[in-house]
Order: sequence, then C-alpha cells, then structure tokens
Amino acid sequence: MITGSIAAIGAGLAAIGAGMGIGKIGSSAMEGIARQPEAASKIQTAMLIAAAFVEAVALFAVVVALV
Amino acid sequence: MDCSHVFDLKVNRIIVVFALFLALFSVTPSLYAQEDTVKATEAAHAEPEAEKKFNLGKFALHHIADSHSWHVIGDYFIGLPVVLYTNTGLVAFNSNEFHQDDEAELVVEKGGQRFVKMHEKIYYASVTPNEHEQFVDVDAEHHVKNARPLDFSMTKNVCTLLLSVVVILAVFLNVANGYKKRAGKSPKGLQSWMEPIIMFVRDDIAKPNLGHKYERFMPYLLTVFFFIWFNNMLGLVPFLPGGANLTGNISVTVVLATLTFLMINFNGNKYYWKHIFTPDVPWWLYIVLVPVEIIGIFTKPIALAIRLFANITAGHILVLALIGLIFVFNSVFVSFVSVPFALFIGAIELLVAFIQAFIFTILSALFIGMAIEEHH
Repeated sequence: MITGSIAAIGAGLAAIGAGMGIGKIGSSAMEGIARQPEAASKIQTAMLIAAAFVEAVALFAVVVALV
Repeated sequence: MDCSHVFDLKVNRIIVVFALFLALFSVTPSLYAQEDTVKATEAAHAEPEAEKKFNLGKFALHHIADSHSWHVIGDYFIGLPVVLYTNTGLVAFNSNEFHQDDEAELVVEKGGQRFVKMHEKIYYASVTPNEHEQFVDVDAEHHVKNARPLDFSMTKNVCTLLLSVVVILAVFLNVANGYKKRAGKSPKGLQSWMEPIIMFVRDDIAKPNLGHKYERFMPYLLTVFFFIWFNNMLGLVPFLPGGANLTGNISVTVVLATLTFLMINFNGNKYYWKHIFTPDVPWWLYIVLVPVEIIGIFTKPIALAIRLFANITAGHILVLALIGLIFVFNSVFVSFVSVPFALFIGAIELLVAFIQAFIFTILSALFIGMAIEEHH
C-alpha cells in the first residue's frame, strides 16, 4: 500500500517536471514563431524534437514508478 | 532487378490467405460461460462485497497486454494457435482449448503433457490442484513456481503484425504501381493521399538530417515511419481488426530501436568512431569521456524504444482508466463525464500516433546523420 502511494508521488513529480519543461519549450517556440513567422516549420520540428527528449525523461520516471 | 510486379499479382492472394488463416481458428462461444455465471453467483453469495470490487489497474493492464486469444464480442473469441517447444518436442493446439481460462483451473493435455494458462503465461500443470483449485504451485508472493515451456505461440500481437504487413504491402504496392503506370502524370486515388506523406518524410525528415546522402536511407525511414504509424492507428481501433497494442509492446519497440542501432553503427564513418574513442580533448579527460560516449551509443536506441512504448501504453491506459471510472463508481451517470473525456483523449491519441511515428523516424535520421557526417 505504502509503496504504491510513493510510486504515485514519484510519477506525479515526473509529470510536474515534464509539464514545466514542455511548457517552456512551447512558450519559447511560440515567441520564436511570433518574431519570425517564416521560420515556423523549422521551429516546429525543433520544438517537437526537444519536447520528445523532455517527455522521454518523464516517461522513464513513469516506467520506473510503475515497476 | 525489379520484382514488384510479382508481388502485385499476389497481394490480393495474400489478403485472402490471411483471411482464411484467421477463419481457420474457428470462432467459438465459450462453452463454460454458463458455468462461469454459476460460479460467479456462488462467489457473490459467499463474499458479496469483495467480489464486486472493480480493480481498475488490473483491468487496464489486462487490456493492453498481449493475449493468446482474440476477443470478438461478448463470449466469442478467436482461438489462436498455441505453439510450445517442450522437453519432448513441439506441441501445437488451438488456444480455445483453454476455454478462456486464465487462472490455471483447466488442464489441457497434448502430446503426453499437461498445460495450464495463468495470466497469459503457459505452464506445465501440477499433478494436483492447490487450495484455490489451480493446477500450479504458488509461493508466498503469488509467483508461480511451475516450469514453463518455450512459447512460440501466434498471439494477438503476432497476428496484428502480419495484418499490418498485409495492409502496408497492399497500400504501397498500389502506390508504386500507380507511379509506374502514370509516370510523369498527376497522381490518382490512393496515390494522391500517400504522396504528400512520403514527400513529408523525404523533405522534412530525411533531407535536413542526412544531407545529400539521404537517398540511401529513405527505404528504412519510410518503412519505419509507416510501420509505426499504421500500427499506432490499428492499436486505436477497439474492435476486431485492431485491438492489439503492438507498438505499446516493449519487445516490438526494442526490435525497431535495435534496427536503428544497427543502421547507426554500420553506417558510422571514421569521424564517428574517432569522436567516440579519441575526441579532441586532453588525454586525461578520456577516462571520463570515452565511457560516457560508449554509454551514449546504447542509450540512444534504448530511449527510442522506451519513448514509443511508454507513449502508446500511457495513451491506452488513459482511455481505459476513463472508461473504467464508470465501473469504479458503479454508476451510469459517470459516463456523461468519462465518455466525452475518453473521446477527447482518443482524438489526441490520433495526433500522438502520428507524432510518435514522426519522432521515432526523425530521431533515427538525426542519429544516422550524426554518424555519417563528414568532418569539416
């Protein structure tokens, strides 16, 4: 029972971290696109890659929490 | 030599063969359904509160796991072949012989050996049942102690894999044929739907990351992209042709990542290896840097595998958890909240299915591009 709760806290913390990370990436990408709309597609690709790296760390944490 | 016309004639035949293959494993109603109900009522009388409790975690994990039979509707299951490599050789039978028993209560005797199925794993049956009428020996932590034969069964995931191969072959042979027939003319039909996506893989994934050598890697990138995308989409279909969670299976994603790993390291040029073993730093930093770089070779594909697996699994669990809320609260009114929300998540999952295929492919292209980059 206790282990399950601690794992849930860990998963929650990972979600907070990833949320902050992806939020920062998204906001910066938005700013970038607003400044240079012609570079939107390049910024989007780079944004998705960066978001994928952040997300991967969070998902590692979730997998560890599940195990 | 171009052999695609050979396949083209056969693609319809492949579809027919696959359909017959599935039809072979007859759809049978569970004969034990009635008995199950009787058992359930008895249990409900014995412990009314405990039996009613709905275990959401168990429900979700059961639905995303691989299975030996394919659920159609209600009590109907397609039995898939069970192939076991036992101590005395190969044994094969239809999984319907277990009658959907998953608690090791029913023993199947084949080839002079006795098997039971528990939680989708097949064990050699014990001689006598334990106190819960299960033909297995369980230790204090509820782990089964019985020996297991090597399981080469055609499970639900294997069938979906073959199905997706048939779908992808049918689509792409059609498209390739279209280019041959209408060379230089505008695309038509399925071809015009696939062309922008293929162009997207070429122009947005391959060219920016691989430079002028991109053509060598296009076959791999296109295969990986469409394999992952089609299987993500098939996994989102909740009824028969879909329903298996192929890209949410760690073994499948590990194989895909291993292919990328091989692509990176077999194509890596001398600059790639020099960067790993003798980077341009003072020699005493090698003690730290070389191990880090060597670990880096392996963490890239591991991250690829886990990212795809965890994303797809998380999406499926989310939908199942939302639907499961109805049963947790045991009230139909919860569905007014949970069904629209599950629909919303389902719509997001359509996007995620594409994004994950894109991310896997672009990261593969990026890593291969880093390995084949010429030194400036």
